[in-house]
Amino acid sequence: MRRKLYLLLGLLLVASMVLAGCGNKATSTPAANAGGGGKEVTVTIGFTESQTGKYNVDSTAQTQGLKLWMEQINAAGGIKLSDGTVVKFKAVSYDDESKADKVQQLYTRLATEDKADFLISPYSSGLTSAAAVVSEQYGKIMLATGAASDSIFKKGYERVYQLYTPASHYLTGAVDILKANAPDVKKLAFVYENSKFSTAVVTAAKEYAAKQGYDIVLFEGYDKDTTDFGAFINKIQDSGAEAVLGGGHFQDGETFARQIAEKKLPIKFLALLVAPPNPKFAELGDAALGVVGPSQWEAAAAYTPEAAKKAGLTWFGPSSAEFAKAYKEKYNDDAGYHAAGGYAAGVVLQKAIIDADSVDPDKVKAALDKMDILTFFGHIKFDTGDAHGLQIGHEMVYIQWQKEGDKLVKQVVWPKEGATAKLLYPLTH
Amino acid sequence: MDAILRSLIDGLLLGFVYGIAAMGLTLIWGVMNVINLSHGSLISLGMFSLYFLFTGLGIHPYLAVVITAILGLLLGIVIYAIAVHRIINAPHLSTLLATYSVNMIILGIGTAILSTSPYNVPFDLGSIKVATSVVPTTRLIAAIVAMLVAGGLYLFLQYSRLGRYIRAVTDNREAAEIVGIPSAQILAFSFGLGTMLAAISGGLIATFFPFTILAGGAYELKSFVIGVLGGLGNPVGSLFGGLILGAIEGLVPLAMPTTWTPVLEFVLFVLILLVRPTGLFGGSE
Repeated sequence: MRRKLYLLLGLLLVASMVLAGCGNKATSTPAANAGGGGKEVTVTIGFTESQTGKYNVDSTAQTQGLKLWMEQINAAGGIKLSDGTVVKFKAVSYDDESKADKVQQLYTRLATEDKADFLISPYSSGLTSAAAVVSEQYGKIMLATGAASDSIFKKGYERVYQLYTPASHYLTGAVDILKANAPDVKKLAFVYENSKFSTAVVTAAKEYAAKQGYDIVLFEGYDKDTTDFGAFINKIQDSGAEAVLGGGHFQDGETFARQIAEKKLPIKFLALLVAPPNPKFAELGDAALGVVGPSQWEAAAAYTPEAAKKAGLTWFGPSSAEFAKAYKEKYNDDAGYHAAGGYAAGVVLQKAIIDADSVDPDKVKAALDKMDILTFFGHIKFDTGDAHGLQIGHEMVYIQWQKEGDKLVKQVVWPKEGATAKLLYPLTH
Repeated sequence: MDAILRSLIDGLLLGFVYGIAAMGLTLIWGVMNVINLSHGSLISLGMFSLYFLFTGLGIHPYLAVVITAILGLLLGIVIYAIAVHRIINAPHLSTLLATYSVNMIILGIGTAILSTSPYNVPFDLGSIKVATSVVPTTRLIAAIVAMLVAGGLYLFLQYSRLGRYIRAVTDNREAAEIVGIPSAQILAFSFGLGTMLAAISGGLIATFFPFTILAGGAYELKSFVIGVLGGLGNPVGSLFGGLILGAIEGLVPLAMPTTWTPVLEFVLFVLILLVRPTGLFGGSE
């Protein structure tokens, strides 16, 4: 009897060891797979794209940027690690329809069924917030591009890293522009999309403006599907505001600017989120003239190896001009900051893998935590304290649509050191 | 005072277009007791028809509205023949489900082909000053077209032979048939007219607002509120209902956050149903 019991126990032990072995194999990291030198490892990068829905324009640009990076790095032979392993990349992506519930479902699929090694966020703070819950749950590193909300990084996540300047600093520069260029402006109106991102941005900007002594005469949000801004424009006029700050995403921002021009709203300054830096904004024609917008990146911004040397930072990756040229060649379209953000996510992951000399997620995480570099996209450094992963290096540049002859051109007007033109002030609608 | 006038002008101009959209819904209800749940998607199709006629074929937007109206009329007759005719005498639930299915088919195909991304008709006629308000010309023209369409419909229903047939079928279908009025054709034509009005309103809206294939849904909801305000089955009442809704949308934001506007609209909707179910201007119960 006892012999049978020992035999049974022995069998159970062997069975459990076999199972454990299988388990290890299933969760083995790409680095473990890459163990024998000289091997080629294909790292899977998972993300969703808003092929439909209201984020379509911005999200498509972001994905195109990321895919361009991936094609270039693969065409250049991948990343070579010190043990001779060659790391190449493949993308797995789905359409999230610009919906948060879809994002949660699809990122779970990316993490479990597709076994993505690294994740890139969807576009927008709302969708990224939904994706971050899933990526953190499955212990995946996610580079959050196209997401500027601060709150995502106050939830104790350890593996989500932000590339964009956070919302709390997104529009404060517009107040600085006013202060430097328009001493006659005293009354500000904030009209913004009722979304996580826009609300966070304008709340921070409003507090900043109030501290600077401005009178906030209107602070009101609009629903995300608003197409008629007539009521808001009338309210702005009644409030006596001299400058309007706000907006949300591309479509509403474009419509808002168009209707402000159509109604000849007597304001001197208009700064909107997201929409103005997009090259498609120029399709508005004269309604785009003078509109200011914060941009995460502009091709004209002076981020160079020399600037890195001056700032005591390590330079990494291509120059802005090289990226912009490659993007134009591939997509026959000018790169905006969404596209640059997508490309930059790839560049940052590339640098982290090189620094880690591995694709092991823990080593890559450690490399990201230590990262302090200047790229074509700007300064990249992550918070490693309470707001882990929050971007603390990157700064916004402000563009304004101005005229060169009959043609609308985008000029950098802030910060002064990076400016390509003087601010066109006041608005001339 | 300036502020009130400005907001009222804006609201009323939009109200005319809302009125046309609601007229289509209420005409179909009045003639054949069918609540057309594909109304919103037909408004969306009107928007896209104008978009493609203008951007694809280079046809002037206001000529495109005329073509869109004709296409809407034909589409309505086809929808009636395929989805509504056989169940026209069945309980309301059958026609509700049939028109809802048409709605889902249009939205499904529309989403697959056009996606749910926003479209813009790049058309601008500048602005003109009306009293103290600066009004985009496209909105003013839309309001004028809406008035002409409403007036035309009224004259058509009152004085044309076909219009009298429609009114006869509305009053008593069986009696109309006894005196030789081809009720099936009249019903199909009326459904076509209702669809035509939806398409016209969609086309007009597309000249000044961006839109998606799902955009018509919001105008369908407004059409229900307007229909009830003006009296379901009373197309001319719809125009006044549209103006009331437009005025509410213009004036309410002066007193409270704009997000409260739909709340007030639907409170009014319920109140009218409770207190005066025939609508402010009378209609069929």
